[in-house]
Amino acid sequence: MRSKVVSSIREAVELAGLKDGMTVSFHHHLRNGDYVLNTVMDQIADMGIKELTVNASSLFACHKPLLGHIKNRVVAKILTNYMAEEVGREISCGIMDRAVEFRTHGGRPSDIASGRTPIDVAFIAAPISDPLGNCSGKYGKSACGSLGYAFADAMYADKVVIITDELASYPLMDWSIEETCVDYVVKVDAIGDPAGIVSGTTRITRDPVGLVMAEQAALVIRHSGLLKEGFSFQTGAGGASLAASKFLKEIMLKENIRGSFGLGGITGYLVDMLHAGCFEKLLDVQCFDLDAVESIRKDPRHQEISAEHYASPGAKSAVVDSLDVVILGAAEIDTDFNVNVHTDSNGYIMGGSGGHSDTAAGAKLAMIIAPIQRARMPIVTDRVTCISTPGRDVDVLVTQAGIAVNPENAELKDRLVDAGLNIVNIHDLKRKAEHLTGTPKKPMMGSREVGKVICRDGSLLDTIYSVR
Amino acid sequence: MRRSLLFIPGNAPALLINGNYLGADSIIFDLEDAVSPDEKDAARILVRNTLRHMDYRGTGTIVRINSIDTGYWKADVDEVLKHAPDLIMLPKAGCKEDIDVAEAYLSEAEERLGIEQGGVGIIALIETAQGIERAYDIAGASARVKALLLGAEDLTADLKCARTKEGREIEYARARLVTAARAAGIDVYDTPFTDVEDDEGMRLDAMVAKALGFDGKSAISPRHLAAINEVFSPSLTELDYAYEVMDAIRKAAEQGTGVVALRGKMIDAPIVSRAKQTIAMAEELGIGR
Repeated sequence: MRSKVVSSIREAVELAGLKDGMTVSFHHHLRNGDYVLNTVMDQIADMGIKELTVNASSLFACHKPLLGHIKNRVVAKILTNYMAEEVGREISCGIMDRAVEFRTHGGRPSDIASGRTPIDVAFIAAPISDPLGNCSGKYGKSACGSLGYAFADAMYADKVVIITDELASYPLMDWSIEETCVDYVVKVDAIGDPAGIVSGTTRITRDPVGLVMAEQAALVIRHSGLLKEGFSFQTGAGGASLAASKFLKEIMLKENIRGSFGLGGITGYLVDMLHAGCFEKLLDVQCFDLDAVESIRKDPRHQEISAEHYASPGAKSAVVDSLDVVILGAAEIDTDFNVNVHTDSNGYIMGGSGGHSDTAAGAKLAMIIAPIQRARMPIVTDRVTCISTPGRDVDVLVTQAGIAVNPENAELKDRLVDAGLNIVNIHDLKRKAEHLTGTPKKPMMGSREVGKVICRDGSLLDTIYSVR
Repeated sequence: MRRSLLFIPGNAPALLINGNYLGADSIIFDLEDAVSPDEKDAARILVRNTLRHMDYRGTGTIVRINSIDTGYWKADVDEVLKHAPDLIMLPKAGCKEDIDVAEAYLSEAEERLGIEQGGVGIIALIETAQGIERAYDIAGASARVKALLLGAEDLTADLKCARTKEGREIEYARARLVTAARAAGIDVYDTPFTDVEDDEGMRLDAMVAKALGFDGKSAISPRHLAAINEVFSPSLTELDYAYEVMDAIRKAAEQGTGVVALRGKMIDAPIVSRAKQTIAMAEELGIGR
């Protein structure tokens, strides 16, 4: 029987021909439970390879050891779509010579496919694989569901290494990534900590302010003119977004509206909506919880999609372009509706676009849910610390103190006013926020560029500077 | 109009700054049971600052002070009175004399602070067997007393019976309180429903209270507010009927008819009065014709 299984990560790195200055890549489906990125980078460091570019679809708190590899020159450059604050804080202090390039979940595979950001060796964690590399995220002790973010790496990297903790007999059926792309397979004891890979069922917020916003958000959707037969929807896994889905589900059931598809990072709550008949299908680039993993494994209406299919601006078409409504969050939003999800109000990196700007650009209605203030900081402000999603792509902001509609979308405003919703001017929301918090001083930023936010079209959207 | 009255702990700043967005007709800032003794002073200051700085336009403000048998209540009054809450809630109101004591101190404080005499009203929280039996005396004890509120948790402890969701044990207290308030010409509000998770039970409980004649219902969770507001708002059927009554009265006046009938029933003064109340409430809610 043929096999691509090699004895160790070290052997795979050697066989793949990894050299100084090359690019390695990782996906983030194992989220904060991932062992693979750290294990591989430790091995590479041991082998004395330096000055690498790491292209990781996201970096979580568990990836903090990467900071050590930056300091010892193993890593010279990072491309990512999201960086948790545990990593971002030190990056913001200027520990890298070259700025981190932030893309979106759609921009990353687009640039990989076009060759703008080529990958030399992709290391793909897979919860199950056969010896020739047919692999999946749906099965195995470390099951994470969809492997959507890894498809571009598998298809376009020069060399592809599958790292798995469960080797299945050939051929693995119901694969996500197929053997045609794979060079080597490595079996390890564990690719991640299941507790950090997916959470249990995500809970709807109990915060009364969050619930007020969620209910208003559902009413905005109801009166937007988009909530009708064939409706499509994406929302995040945050408490208020989930609560909005709950209110939306009640409206859809009451008014007997059957949507076409739910998209995105899929939670148990969207699975519930599928079962309740609110949607006919789910398109899943990433599973957020165990209910979603179980559903994608068992329910043929729940389909895995690649990040390219999800959101690539370079694809001939992508699902986000067929999306009706997306609910998104914001660390800050300014009076031009620009949204920051990259930095905190002090300028430290603590996030990234992920699919934020992809879905905002694609959806007919992009809604931000955010309170006007959080922890003594105004969320609605004159100018965001960093532009992650341009205001032109944001239609409406829902806060506890009222709903602000982007003046560019006058039709939506008219509809919501007619429905009797509490429509306010975004400048009034800013004033209300600052009445509570005072007008904060802008953080003193250094002169060193620590991050570049790359727009979906490849242009530079904003630059993140070091924090002094 | 106070269909819903939401208790917010006086030492919960995140709620205090957002209380006006939660959908309650009135907020009750609680300095009593929700606040432990070592937090009393902090809560007092937070509530004072909330009244002073926050925009509660469109939402009524009530402060539940500590009861007059504690050492806290006068300091509570001193701290908040200047910032013009709509009402001061007096817990454990058991007899007319309790109101007299509160009244005397409120008058003294108003004079000392240089604010309008009698400017702040009292809502008496009736939560003892004695209070229920003397509800009419309490309701009529002073022109400051604007409303009664039933506190069924403490009451059932005093009655030595279990508090149930069905509420059979408080039927008498509810009926007696409504009667006392109506006899004195003031408002009356129902006790909170304490199971935050039971939306259906909550709605039924509010419907019982409305059927008995309560003007509104208090709540300990914002989650209950929408249902309470809905139950205590005029339904479309009630509103249509109220307009029909007023139309019939108008036509009868135009035609000089003395006796007016609608749907086979005589329309008398109480029906007209209720129709007017329903229409006034609907107009306040923006759902009138």
